[in-house]
Amino acid sequence: MSNDTKTPATPAPESPAVDPRLLQREAGLQGYVNEFVRKVRGGELGSLPVIIGLIVIWAVFSLNDGKFFAPSTAEFVAYYMVGVGLLSIGLVFVLLLGEIDLSVGSVSGLAAAFFAVISVNDGLNPWLAVLLTLAGGALVGALQGWVFAKIGVPAFVVTLSGFLAWQGVMLWLLGSTGTINLPDTGLIHFLSGNSYFLGGDISGAYILAALAVASLAVGSFLEQGRRRKAGVPFRATGEIVLRSVLLAIGAFGVAYVLNQASGVPNAAVLFLALLIIADFVLRRTAYGRKIFAVGGNIEASRRAGISVSAIRISVYAISGAFAALGGLAIAAETGAAGQAGSDPNNLMMAIAAAVIGGTSLFGGRGRVWSALLGMLVISSIQSGLYMLGLNLDIQYMIMGVVLLAAVVVDSLSRRTQKSSGRG
Amino acid sequence: MTSAPVLALRGVSKRFGAVQALTDVELEVHAGEVVALVGDNGAGKSTLVKTIAGVHPIDEGEIEWEGTPVSIQRPQDAQQLGVATVYQDLALCDNLDVVGNLFLGRELKRRGTLDEVAMEQKARELLDTLSIRIPSVRIPIAGLSGGQRQVVAIARSLIGEPKVVILDEPTAALGVEQTAQVLDLVERLRERNLGVILISHNMADVRAVADTVAVLRLGRNNGSFPVQETTQETIIAAITGATENAVTRRQARTAEAAK
Repeated sequence: MSNDTKTPATPAPESPAVDPRLLQREAGLQGYVNEFVRKVRGGELGSLPVIIGLIVIWAVFSLNDGKFFAPSTAEFVAYYMVGVGLLSIGLVFVLLLGEIDLSVGSVSGLAAAFFAVISVNDGLNPWLAVLLTLAGGALVGALQGWVFAKIGVPAFVVTLSGFLAWQGVMLWLLGSTGTINLPDTGLIHFLSGNSYFLGGDISGAYILAALAVASLAVGSFLEQGRRRKAGVPFRATGEIVLRSVLLAIGAFGVAYVLNQASGVPNAAVLFLALLIIADFVLRRTAYGRKIFAVGGNIEASRRAGISVSAIRISVYAISGAFAALGGLAIAAETGAAGQAGSDPNNLMMAIAAAVIGGTSLFGGRGRVWSALLGMLVISSIQSGLYMLGLNLDIQYMIMGVVLLAAVVVDSLSRRTQKSSGRG
Repeated sequence: MTSAPVLALRGVSKRFGAVQALTDVELEVHAGEVVALVGDNGAGKSTLVKTIAGVHPIDEGEIEWEGTPVSIQRPQDAQQLGVATVYQDLALCDNLDVVGNLFLGRELKRRGTLDEVAMEQKARELLDTLSIRIPSVRIPIAGLSGGQRQVVAIARSLIGEPKVVILDEPTAALGVEQTAQVLDLVERLRERNLGVILISHNMADVRAVADTVAVLRLGRNNGSFPVQETTQETIIAAITGATENAVTRRQARTAEAAK
């Protein structure tokens, strides 16, 4: 290297000049199409593989069984995805840290048993019992997080022992009877299969759909206004309209189909509300930014003044609380807290849903919506196979293949991203 | 540069167990001055930088900030004074975009939520004034080249409005073009009237941007040279200790004997 290293760059152009290598979208529809093609080529697939997968799954099942595309199937999927889906939301938080929580299935079973004991056997106010159960779930999660963050035991081992231990506690709580029936009141009624938004009134589903579309459109336009005023790039009006129209088609379509059956299950409404809240926390708050940062680079987070242990403990507490709520939802499906409450399948399905939905197992990449997308895939397969009258053995085999396919797509797209400098 | 230095070390010593890492080290950094800190491996450059950054508190001596003695015990103390350090491992989050990394730990908020618009606006302003060109402020760090990451890391240190910036081997792993980018940025830091301490092994870089070269050898000062009037050989001699060898010692002895 010569002594005058700085000469090649001295004739620097005036500062705001646009770099020719800058990624810029051309104007108009063609620009969007080009950008989309570029992203797909570059491996930035986003939710595309899941959505294609869903369409393929639906097509295959409807070809095999004409009754698959029925409102009752949609109703079934919308209701039965909630319990495990709630576990999956908590898991997305943990996966974003690049860790794993194997205890969510057991914690959910324990929560249902705990709730049954204090509300049915001890006669506590059901709503107070719900609060205690959720707090208990958070406490259990925080305890595991503390052992992991402060003592330094690998999360895999901590939560694996939690998986065993909490199941034991649940069996001990349930005692010799093994099952405690839950009265159809309070939150259990709300989460049960015969509770619908606005009592199943036709307007209920449409109100929800209208709310969703309106909040997306209004939110986007407000953001566009602020960005325009601040002089930073903003979404074009056409794009916002297009997004809103797409959401409207989807939301009102689902609302129409569910109205053909009995309406929107309240459990699904709760699930959606929690998804929106979790998404907001992860993307719009400093706390969520810290979770992504810790998942991306622990040392960088520490130097930026983030308390890594506090983030880890709190994330495991969140996972525990979601597991407890999921446990209540699963118990409400059958109206009883039983030994099957901690079914390890629930754990596996919850992890599978998050991964199928596109959350990376390696931390730092993902969205809570993957819990919803993944559960849609899993529930669709489950209900489709059930309608075809296939046995559990086939179901598990197909599920395994789908999960593997999802991870393969993830790994391949990551490799493409690396080679095109976007990984 | 007649005013009091922003940062001055007076007779700083640091000992780790049996190892005397720094002995009576003096260093001055003025506003708008680039001081290159050079020395062989184990000369104490990193230790010196860490004492300033608050990682290792000093044992003896004094640190003066704008003329008044201060105590730097923790990294937070140094940050509050206005010392920003860019370590060799850049410590950026690959998965976050440039804006997210620039403001990590210092996010701007609006009604309790992240104010992405204000952060993006400020990030663009900062990068523009530094003439840093990257494809987009919304691109994840993973999509940037090594040199672009280095300039983002340096820009990140400026978010807290520091007065002294310490750069640890900023050009160590960079190609020619990227090195030039980083050196340009160092010059721009000087134009912004910041004091810069540049640790480097690369004499070409040092001669290109530094105003003063401070040489450390075996934990002691071994000369401080104005770059313009010093030849590379003199600096290298000071680094390697070539000025002090059997021949020079003999000369000194004969000179003393002659007296």
